Amino acid sequence: MSVTVSLTLNGEAVSADVDPRTLLVELLREHFSKTGTHVGCDTSQCGACVIHVDGRSVKSCTMLAVQADGADVVTIEGLAADGDLHPMQAAFREHHGLQCGFCTPGMIMSAVDLVNRNPEPDDQEIRHWLEGNLCRCTGYQNIVRAVKAGAEAMRES
Amino acid sequence: MTENGIGAAVRRKEDYRFITGAGRFTDDINRPKQLYAQIIRSPLPHAAIKSIDTSAAAAAPGVVAVFTGQDMADDGVGSLPCGWGINSKDGSPMVEPGHAPLVVDRVRHVGDQVAVVLAESRGAARDAAELVDVDYDDLPAVTNVAAAGKDGAPQVWDEAANNICFDWEIGDKDATDQAFSAAEHVVSIDLVNNRLIANAMEPRAAIGDYDTGNDEYTLYTTSQNPHVIRLLMGAYVLGIPEHKLRVIAPDVGGGFGSKIFHYAEEAIVTWASRKVGRPVKWTAERSESFVSDAHGRDHVSHAELALSADGDFLGLRVSTLANLGAYLSTFGPSVPTYLYATLLAGTYKTPAIYAEVKGTFTHTVPVDAYRGAGRPEASYLLERLVDRAARQLGMAPTDLRRRNFIDKESFPYQTPVALEYDIGDYETCLDTALDMIDYPGFAERKKASAADGKLRGIGISTYIEACGIAPSNVAGALGARAGLYEAGTIRVNPTGSVTVLTGSHSHGQGHETTFAQLVTEALGVDIDAIEVVHGDTGKIPFGMGTYGSRSLAVGGMAIMAALEKIKDKSKKIAAHLLEASADDIEFEDGQLTVAGTDRSVAFGDVALTAYVPHNYPLDELEPGLEETAFYDPKNFTFPAGCHICELEIDPETGHIELQRFVAADDFGRVVNPMIVEGQVHGGLTQGIGQALYEQCVYDDDGQLLTGSLLDYNLPKADSVPDFEVATHETLCTHNALGVKGAGEAGAIGSTPAVINAVVDALSELGVDDIALPATPERVWQAIQQASA
Repeated sequence: MSVTVSLTLNGEAVSADVDPRTLLVELLREHFSKTGTHVGCDTSQCGACVIHVDGRSVKSCTMLAVQADGADVVTIEGLAADGDLHPMQAAFREHHGLQCGFCTPGMIMSAVDLVNRNPEPDDQEIRHWLEGNLCRCTGYQNIVRAVKAGAEAMRES
Repeated sequence: MTENGIGAAVRRKEDYRFITGAGRFTDDINRPKQLYAQIIRSPLPHAAIKSIDTSAAAAAPGVVAVFTGQDMADDGVGSLPCGWGINSKDGSPMVEPGHAPLVVDRVRHVGDQVAVVLAESRGAARDAAELVDVDYDDLPAVTNVAAAGKDGAPQVWDEAANNICFDWEIGDKDATDQAFSAAEHVVSIDLVNNRLIANAMEPRAAIGDYDTGNDEYTLYTTSQNPHVIRLLMGAYVLGIPEHKLRVIAPDVGGGFGSKIFHYAEEAIVTWASRKVGRPVKWTAERSESFVSDAHGRDHVSHAELALSADGDFLGLRVSTLANLGAYLSTFGPSVPTYLYATLLAGTYKTPAIYAEVKGTFTHTVPVDAYRGAGRPEASYLLERLVDRAARQLGMAPTDLRRRNFIDKESFPYQTPVALEYDIGDYETCLDTALDMIDYPGFAERKKASAADGKLRGIGISTYIEACGIAPSNVAGALGARAGLYEAGTIRVNPTGSVTVLTGSHSHGQGHETTFAQLVTEALGVDIDAIEVVHGDTGKIPFGMGTYGSRSLAVGGMAIMAALEKIKDKSKKIAAHLLEASADDIEFEDGQLTVAGTDRSVAFGDVALTAYVPHNYPLDELEPGLEETAFYDPKNFTFPAGCHICELEIDPETGHIELQRFVAADDFGRVVNPMIVEGQVHGGLTQGIGQALYEQCVYDDDGQLLTGSLLDYNLPKADSVPDFEVATHETLCTHNALGVKGAGEAGAIGSTPAVINAVVDALSELGVDDIALPATPERVWQAIQQASA
């Protein structure tokens, strides 16, 4: 049995026929080859799968593809505009906010949503917001620095 | 300093693909017509397999094949090998049972591999896996390492009496016993180094791709060392010669040791791909990782320190039970022996040391290296014992350490446990850390916390570790079954760009940047014109991979050796172009100049000439400019440092809040301070995780209770504070770079610093010990019991 899912993905109208069990992250990775969004766990803890759905950060492992029918979805691949890095992406590089890079797309997408809602978050607010984004490499400190810098750059642009 | 050269905080070259979602991790890779593999794993810790009925699964929609251990055995598939042999005290070799990739007759831990389903989709494979009917005969199981050694405990292997794999020792027992008999003070401790799970954020994955036309195999795998996998799997398990087997470790999302080993799933997908004539892809689910990735640590130890009346360390004796799990993992036996007990001198000049370690089988997942691999276990034991001794003798923990430090003028220093330290300055690291945390001001801060109803504690740890593994002949003499050198190729391209091929592997460490820094420093080539290639046996001559903080000390040195050859040849070419003697050519900042003149030629011109050799000494020199070097290190390297933790405990809840954490580390020469700082942050967080949050728990029935991220508490962004990190460089004396390695130190010194701080905070209540991890419940219980 399959269901048709139609959505806007990084600004482009797309659709696919899927098994209704398909998770949104599976739709993105396997049907649309957007492999930048990662699967790191099976209990919705890790946040490697965070994307934006209708402007808000969501764990795409915890949504069914069919729930995204008609939605506006943005993944890490859609963040840079016309080849220029999003200020948050640039900040992660500048402040060494990544090591292996596996948690990074989810971390960046989550951070962008934080700053969209709270343009000048302090360290505590950043650490609390990112509780749902696990990183095993960085120890978080440079991620916090990167998010603060990214927030400042987002305010200025 | 050369721009973007050694010592510069160069922003990473590899970041672009990761921040834009263009990384290529193994699960991102898809091969045409691939099948998906689902592994059927044992739900029982110990059972005989009476029968396996695969018929329903084989008939399920989308299923192409179902294989069992018998299928693989019938095909002559061998055992997953162990790469390090340990001998017992009596000289007998360790008990070395076989390790079939799919079990044939008996499962020995929850998660043990039993069968594999190959299907057209992940969903079909998962659904069909549930139809595989395994008839198990339940057997008694034991998971606790102390219980496993007792008479009457369930036996994991019939050939290992009392579940003992080896009963090993190091040091001088007689000298140590004598030291104890003469000692004024003896301080003892019993402790458990808790079992941990690495949990790199990327779950393991493997794709086997057999090419029928060429009878060649390609394995994509989440590995820290693809050449090692090629060697072990090709030679021992599947009988595939090296030239027919290519192993690719693409972007790998963290390893921390857990991705070193040759795992069953790698062999299964490679073998199965040939059986069905299609690529086979397997990706672990996280809860599957919990029962199949190698676990770490899991020691039970009793240790005693003998001291003189004034507090001089006279002798140390240690007795450890080390849990190896149900099977010998690739480097399992080496971790609680040569990577652990040889560090029991620590930073101290203890003259007599004796340690014995019983490697013990249990019905648990195999145990092997996890960040630090043996050195955190040694540091934890030593630094807890030293702090306890300070308390018992009424001495300040700083004074007791200072008194017993190996003095910086005493190097090279031969320890009583095999290792010879080359250089160090432990006192400066201690002083730096004490200064950073404002140690004298602690008393005031403690009073302020007390006024707030909180208990404040401060804990010190001075650690040392051995890394840059290892001189091959030494390692071989100690039981390693492989060499531990590294290989590097510098390929200068005709138009002057450089390709670096390294046997090291980056899964977060930034080698694509730091190794390029070495090249830019040596050749003056712009860092953007340098590409570092790693992770593909089809491209790189050889390599032993990345672990044990060896990449810079061994891999970087192979690159330096190759660079020397490039410089030598370049000078000869320049000499020809400038009509001078090669001995008179100086190579600096990308220019080759006749000494004492202004006649020079740019390196780029030399490179082009090498490939367009029209004005070239063809009768003396081959064209081209590419050199390979294999570097075998002269010794281990010995990073060391001091970590200090300050924390507050709420006695009502047992909740601990870390206030400050400082680290003063000596890594020898620092190539990229930004990357080193990042490595320390990550290591500290894992060490704090061990101290306060993480534990891998098996119940009495052998079930893994902490089987997902819901129950296994990984540190989160709000679990750790900001760290303050400083480095002090005493240059390694046996490699030209002077580097020691920095990848693991954070996880080594931090755990004892945290626990020493907890004990410090609780000591006024009469608490003198706490188990790992010091959870709020444990802390609260300790407080209750002390006041009872």
